[in-house]
Order: sequence, then C-alpha cells, then structure tokens
Amino acid sequence: MEAATVSRRSTPRAGLRLPGVGVGRGLVVLYLSILVLLPLAALTDQSLSQGLGHFWEQVTQPQALRSLKLTLIASTIVVLINATFGTIIAWLLVRDQFPGKSVVNAVIDLPFALPTIVASLILIQLWGSKSPVGINIALTQTAVVVALLFVTLPFVVRAVQPLLIEMDREMEEAAASLGAGGWTIFRRVIFPNLLPGIGAGIALAFARALGEFGSVLLFAGGLPDTQVSSVFIRQQIESGNDTGAAAVSVVLLLASLLCLAIVGLIQTWSGRHERSGGQIVPMPIDKDEH
Amino acid sequence: MAASSAPSRWGLRILGLGYVAILLLAPLVLIFYKTFEEGISPPLEAITSPDGLHALKLTLIMVAIAVPLNTVFGIGCALLLVRHRMRGSAIIDAIINLPFAISPVVIGLSLFLLYGTTGWFEPGLSEAGIKVLFSVPGMVLASIFVSLPFVVRETVPVLQEIGTEQEQAAQTLGANAWQTFWRVTLPAIRWGVAYGVVLTTARVLGEFGAVSVVSGSISGQTQTLPLFVAKQYENFNLPGAFGASVLLALLALSTLLAMNFLKRKEDA
Repeated sequence: MEAATVSRRSTPRAGLRLPGVGVGRGLVVLYLSILVLLPLAALTDQSLSQGLGHFWEQVTQPQALRSLKLTLIASTIVVLINATFGTIIAWLLVRDQFPGKSVVNAVIDLPFALPTIVASLILIQLWGSKSPVGINIALTQTAVVVALLFVTLPFVVRAVQPLLIEMDREMEEAAASLGAGGWTIFRRVIFPNLLPGIGAGIALAFARALGEFGSVLLFAGGLPDTQVSSVFIRQQIESGNDTGAAAVSVVLLLASLLCLAIVGLIQTWSGRHERSGGQIVPMPIDKDEH
Repeated sequence: MAASSAPSRWGLRILGLGYVAILLLAPLVLIFYKTFEEGISPPLEAITSPDGLHALKLTLIMVAIAVPLNTVFGIGCALLLVRHRMRGSAIIDAIINLPFAISPVVIGLSLFLLYGTTGWFEPGLSEAGIKVLFSVPGMVLASIFVSLPFVVRETVPVLQEIGTEQEQAAQTLGANAWQTFWRVTLPAIRWGVAYGVVLTTARVLGEFGAVSVVSGSISGQTQTLPLFVAKQYENFNLPGAFGASVLLALLALSTLLAMNFLKRKEDA
C-alpha cells in the first residue's frame, strides 16, 4: 500500500547496492509469478473456460447471488459498526488514561493473531446453543455479522490511532477558545482529520470481510440463507463445480482489488502520513500523549 | 468526543471498552474455562493423540518452510523496493498486497485449479510422480501465499526510516555490499524484520481456508492444527477441538506479547 511512497522515496541515490540488482529483481518477479500470479491466472482461466455467457450464468444463479448479497450486506453493516467503535477505541487508547490501557492496546490485535477457525469455535461457545448468557444466534445471519465484527475490529483502530497521535492539539484548543463545544470540536476539527484513517480502515476491513471464511464456517454454517460467498465457493468445489466456484471467486477477487485501490488512493491523497492511514498489518502504538 | 466533560468521557469508556470486552475477551475467557472445566487431561489427551500430534508436527513443518522463505524474500524485496528504483516497482508493490485482500478460499481454489487433475501442469506432474494437491507441497504453497506480504510490509517503512547515511559511510570506508548489508543494514532493520516474522508465523500457524481447500484434511496425513480443530468439532469431539483451540489461542497470545515487545524495541 506504499506504492506512492515507495516510488517517491526511492529516487536513485547512493546507499546499499547489492550486487546483481538485475538478478534480484528477476528473483522477486519469479517468486511472485510462480506463487501468486500463476495460481490466480489459472483461476481466471478456469472461470472463463466455458465462455463469458457461462461465467455470467454461474455468477447469477440464485444461490450464488444470494451468497454475494449476504456477503455485501453483512460486510457493509460490519464496517460501519467497526468504524464507529474503532474510532472510539482509538480515541480512548490515545487520549484517555485508564488502568490496563496497554493490555487493551495489545488485545486489539487478537483477531489478527488468533486462527480464524478458533475464532469461530469460541464465538459459537459464547453465542451458540450452549450459551452461558442464553443468547443463541448460531447458524443465523446475525452470526455472520458477529464473526465479521470480530475479525475486522483491528483495522479502523490501527488506521486511526497514528493520526490521532500526530494530530495537533492546538487546533482543538483554538476551536475551544473560540467557544466550540465538545461535539462541535469533534465534528468540525477532529473528525475531518481522522477521515483518511477511517476511510482506509473501512476499505481494508471491507476487503477482509468479503473474503472471510474460517470464522464464519462453524458459527454461521453453510445453510442456504447463512452462506457467505467464500462458504458457497467451498461448497461448489466440493460438489465438483470448479467453473462456478472460479466465477464467484473472480467476482470476489475484483471486489477485493477495488478495496485495495481505494486504500491506495486514500494514502496518495493523505500524502505525508507514511506509517498511517490504513496499515494492512497491525502496528500497535504505545506512545502516550502525556 | 468532548475530552473535557466527565460524563461523555465515561460514556465513551463504557462503549469502547465494553465492546472490546464482549466481542474479544468474553469468548476467549470462556473457551479457556470450558476446556479445563473437567481438568487438564481431556484436552491434553486429545492433543497428544496420534492425529493431534501429527497435526502439530505438520503445522510446525509449514512454519519451518514458509517462514524462512518469506523472510528471505521479504528482506530482498524490501531492499529492492526502497533502495533501487526500478521499472515496475509500483506493480510489484501492489502484487505483494494481494494475499491480504484475497479470500483464503479463493487462494486455495487457485492452487487447486493450477495443480489439480485438469490443471496447467497436468499430466506432467503426475508423470513425474509429484503430488501437490492433498499432500504437503500444496499446503506449503498455500501457507507461503497467504503469509507472503508481512515481512516486506514491515521492512519497507523501517528501511525508509533509517535512510542511507550509515550505508554510505560504510561503503566509503571500503565495505562491500554484502558487508554493508550484514554489518549495517540488517542490524538496523532487525526489529522490523522480526516483527514481520512474528506476523508471518502467526498467519502460517493459523491458516485454515486456503490450506483446507488444497489439503483434503485427511486425519493423520494432511491435517494441520486448525484443520484438526474443525474436524474434531464436526465429529462432536469437543475436548479435542477445545484442546487444540486453546493451544492455538496460547500461541496467538504469545504472538501478541512478541509484537508488543518488538514494537517497543523498534520505537526505542
């Protein structure tokens, strides 16, 4: 996601030059081609193997459409909820002081570290038929939403946190001295500054939610009305419909690429923030403001 | 977000921390409780069963192959991206991010189609007696794919931050490129690289979707720990599923500790 920064920053200058840059570049391209591009090419090839008409038929067959629709709607709900709570949590971690803050800060990355199938299993224990609090949402569409909330929580938090740390508090003080209240300061001063981070976090969380598989699998199951697209693809593979599975995969792939492109655009726009505005990978921030 | 007023501050605390507690912590605590409800022996027996031990061993094999490969690639690729402007840098950069955005199932399916019976390498592969799908090589390929970006992504910003002055100084003093790399560059980026390695390891340990498509999840043969969890759960062997889950959860918690430790080192 640092395409812009990389190309701008890497203008030729002296520094470490490994021998055989050409060889190095060749190896990098080879590694990526064999491991990443070749499989994706095979996927695209298979999806179109029986023509565009068949591709379209596979993508628009009722159950495929139903799963795509559920995936899109659930992902949208999830990123909106996590954008809100993610911003609140980031604010607490940067601006507030409370005991156990560093623990909370570390725990935010739990969904990145915990295997998705384990996430599914632990969610079904808490919110399933043996729920100790008596709430059973397993095998429903709500379970899809909860599972996706779990796995995408860190994205907005980690994208907003560095922006809040860098933010100049003088602006807020100026607004306050001019008589702005808390809500006005948030809406007119803080929020616009955080927007690139929130936007990038949303796009990354959305990409993750679109493709999520493990955490949904046991908790929401593969019933016709709880089947997200990744689970649908899995079932198509098992029933031998490779072309159908590949066609829906290509649709998911394109949607993910769109999300990545949006993150790239946001980062280009917000420019100078090199380590902020949507880390794809977790970056815990421990810096205290005081 | 009125920083000044106490009621709204408390409101935000309850909202934010309550959300984390209910969404993340409650299920985690519950699984530890449920696993050890009847003592330590049922989960322990499940993990030390032949299938459990085999799954553990296979998971470690995945880590032992995928992590070093992606680490070497990651450092080399980050050096090329940051220190050598070349045509196509932006494209390479974009391709590296792909595994983050693609569904694990789609990654698994891509490998399945490439190496499967109707794939591009057939019948060559079978004639050569090489079995990729439903065996370890396919699972290794899946693990490498899903964990490929981490070391690059963590190393690039660190390389940019340290700049080139020290490297230039070393070279002025007569160090060759390899000496400069081993004595100057690598020590300077080591915490960033280590952070990437931790994330790579966590991802390989926990990968489920991609590996499940290419492995066939045959007990005692092509089952990693996450696949073992799913299989045990589907077979209603809850102590087995819980035991393996808790083991993976402990590994995840160690990952968090390692991340925290490395981040402090890096910031220091």
